[in-house]
Amino acid sequence: MTQKFLPDLVSALREAGLRDGMTLSFHHHLRNGDFVANMVLEAAAKIGVKGLTIAMSSLFPIHKAMIPHIESGLIAALDTDYMSGPLAQAVSRGILEKPVVFRSHGGRPRAIGEGSLKIDIAIVAAPCVDRYGNINGTQGPSACGSLGYILPDVDHAQKVLAVTDFVSEAALTRVSIPHNRVDHVVVVDRIGDPAGIVSGSISLTRDPLALAIARNAQAVIRASGLLRNGFNYQTGAGGASLAASLFLREDMRRLGLKGGFLLGGITKYMVEMLEEGLFENIFDVQCFDLSSVHSMRDNPRHQEISADTYANPKQKSCCVDFLDAVLLGASEVDTGFNVNVLTDSNGMIIGGSGGHNDAAAGAKLTIIVAPLIRARLPIVVERCTTITTPGRTVDALVTERGVAVNPRRADLIDRLKEAKIPVCSIEELRETALRITGVPKAPARTGKVVGVVEYRDGTIVDKVYGV
Amino acid sequence: MKAFRTMLFMPGNNPGMLASADSLGADSVILDIEDAVAKSEKDAARILVRHSLTDLRPQGVMCVVRINGLETPFWRDDVAAAVAGRADVVLLPKCERPDDLREISACIDAASGGGDGIRLMALVESSRGIENVSAIAASGGRLAGMLLGAEDLTAEMGARRTPEGAEIAYARGRMLMACKACGIAAVDTPFPFVTDMEGLAKDAACAAQFGFSGKALISPHHVHAVKEAFMPTEAQIAWAARVMDTAKAAERDGKGAVSLDGMMIDLPIIKRAERILQMAE
Repeated sequence: MTQKFLPDLVSALREAGLRDGMTLSFHHHLRNGDFVANMVLEAAAKIGVKGLTIAMSSLFPIHKAMIPHIESGLIAALDTDYMSGPLAQAVSRGILEKPVVFRSHGGRPRAIGEGSLKIDIAIVAAPCVDRYGNINGTQGPSACGSLGYILPDVDHAQKVLAVTDFVSEAALTRVSIPHNRVDHVVVVDRIGDPAGIVSGSISLTRDPLALAIARNAQAVIRASGLLRNGFNYQTGAGGASLAASLFLREDMRRLGLKGGFLLGGITKYMVEMLEEGLFENIFDVQCFDLSSVHSMRDNPRHQEISADTYANPKQKSCCVDFLDAVLLGASEVDTGFNVNVLTDSNGMIIGGSGGHNDAAAGAKLTIIVAPLIRARLPIVVERCTTITTPGRTVDALVTERGVAVNPRRADLIDRLKEAKIPVCSIEELRETALRITGVPKAPARTGKVVGVVEYRDGTIVDKVYGV
Repeated sequence: MKAFRTMLFMPGNNPGMLASADSLGADSVILDIEDAVAKSEKDAARILVRHSLTDLRPQGVMCVVRINGLETPFWRDDVAAAVAGRADVVLLPKCERPDDLREISACIDAASGGGDGIRLMALVESSRGIENVSAIAASGGRLAGMLLGAEDLTAEMGARRTPEGAEIAYARGRMLMACKACGIAAVDTPFPFVTDMEGLAKDAACAAQFGFSGKALISPHHVHAVKEAFMPTEAQIAWAARVMDTAKAAERDGKGAVSLDGMMIDLPIIKRAERILQMAE
């Protein structure tokens, strides 16, 4: 047996065999409170290696600390499902020679599993480790709940290094990553800032327009015929998406329904529906607030799942395939129903697919919820600046000013008409917006490709250009 | 009549809200140049309201402009803006006498040259106004309806405003009867306790039960609860449909009086059924 606990990150990285050109993987459950990636890269800089690829499931503003490491040559490439903040802006401005590979939350474990994303050292930001090296995410001062996104990395990496700030003397009874998968553990003062890891509570929006969108979205779900016992559902934690769960809850109570599972990023509003008996299970790949962390810790019907189980299209099945409906956001939707969640209207990187194109592909009903006009710009464009989710997987766009249904879904159009929900074409929605905003100027972009967008199945669906 | 069901007030000097006026689910929007707008902002609000009606006119909703009262130096300019914007309705606050409406109507005529189709609503919010509601309701012409303003009224009365609304029961009843007698819309006062959704539901249900045409609203969060209160139940809709079917069959067969479930179907019953079906559309 190797020595499990090592005194510091430098010795642990050396022990793991860190050398030039390796790929280090990280996960984003500590979100914008993550100290681990930055600490590990500091240690790697001390060792003096160059040309690393950083494969992190998502990158947040706190990871701006990677910018000097890119400039020094320590980091040569990034591979991620989402990035926002100063690092994303630096990438848009061309800081990296190699284009960033943007994947989805399901595409990443697929790439890891098939070997196209080969991980040398997987680093686990571990909220709780016992003295044997078992890990979970629900205990300790930096508890974040699910560790789902790093589980495929742990399964396939050459070495696994856990970084923790809490060691349990007692053996863990709830284990996310067993000790036999963990090569080394390093104990540090703090792995993260709890305020940035999970929100104490995510508030529901009071914005009347977001509520109008949410109400319209739930009306579409109601009319679709999918809302029945066993209904499986995913929604986001943002304004209209989250608010729609309130209206879903009202409908389920009124109709006396019991759903199957809730999926994806989990909030207290989903936990409340589970506890009220409106759903059988929560399958949790990421917790967004403390209520969901506590629920996953205490309620056996609230289960942690890996990114493989969540959305890997090459598995025998994955949870997104069982979804009845999903609500997703967008920064742009084009008249072919393609969706952009990666760049803003100026072409600057502001996000990424995350689970967007996975859930859209799997769900029987994919609804994009978005205001028709955002920051004085129409949400519907002729062609998305960047395509992250293909229009063939999107069924409807719901805005505060109307619902447009993909012409591929004539059955859904009929159902909405039957329910007296006004349906318009996506071109009509665009015209409505343009009447208010006028035609915006096209953004300026450089010729340099700063990113490639890989669809969940591995095909390249678009390129991201520098700005 | 459905346009009076939910009438949402919006500050006339808030471009963001005016741009979303037709997205909030209300049947009417009341673009307010009176109480929601500071004296120093009246000009700007007037211009904004006019442009929002001409350039970004809310679709599928009735557009009402609340002008400033006759006691102010602003109302003539407000009327001119409402006419230029082709408002559907001008709402006159602090209306106390039929002459108040005639004065506004003459001003609209002068501004538009007549034939403009603009209607009037009287906002009755004083004890004198309440005592004169019958005369106001009977003033005819452009008058389409009356709205009760309970905040100013109860302040003048020295009454305490409560969610239950016992203090405005008389005013509600008196205004309602005056409107019904003249066949114009009777619109209930807004519910002022913005976050009390339970109180709102009860208050709106009470207004619907009394027979008000609808209710004014001061928050977009109130729209759906009030709509729901004024929406007939499925049982009521089914009953109304059966009444209409029975009445039509009787007419076709040349029968006079007919009965349904042991109840005589006569004109008042048919009118009630028609109203239910109209509200359910």
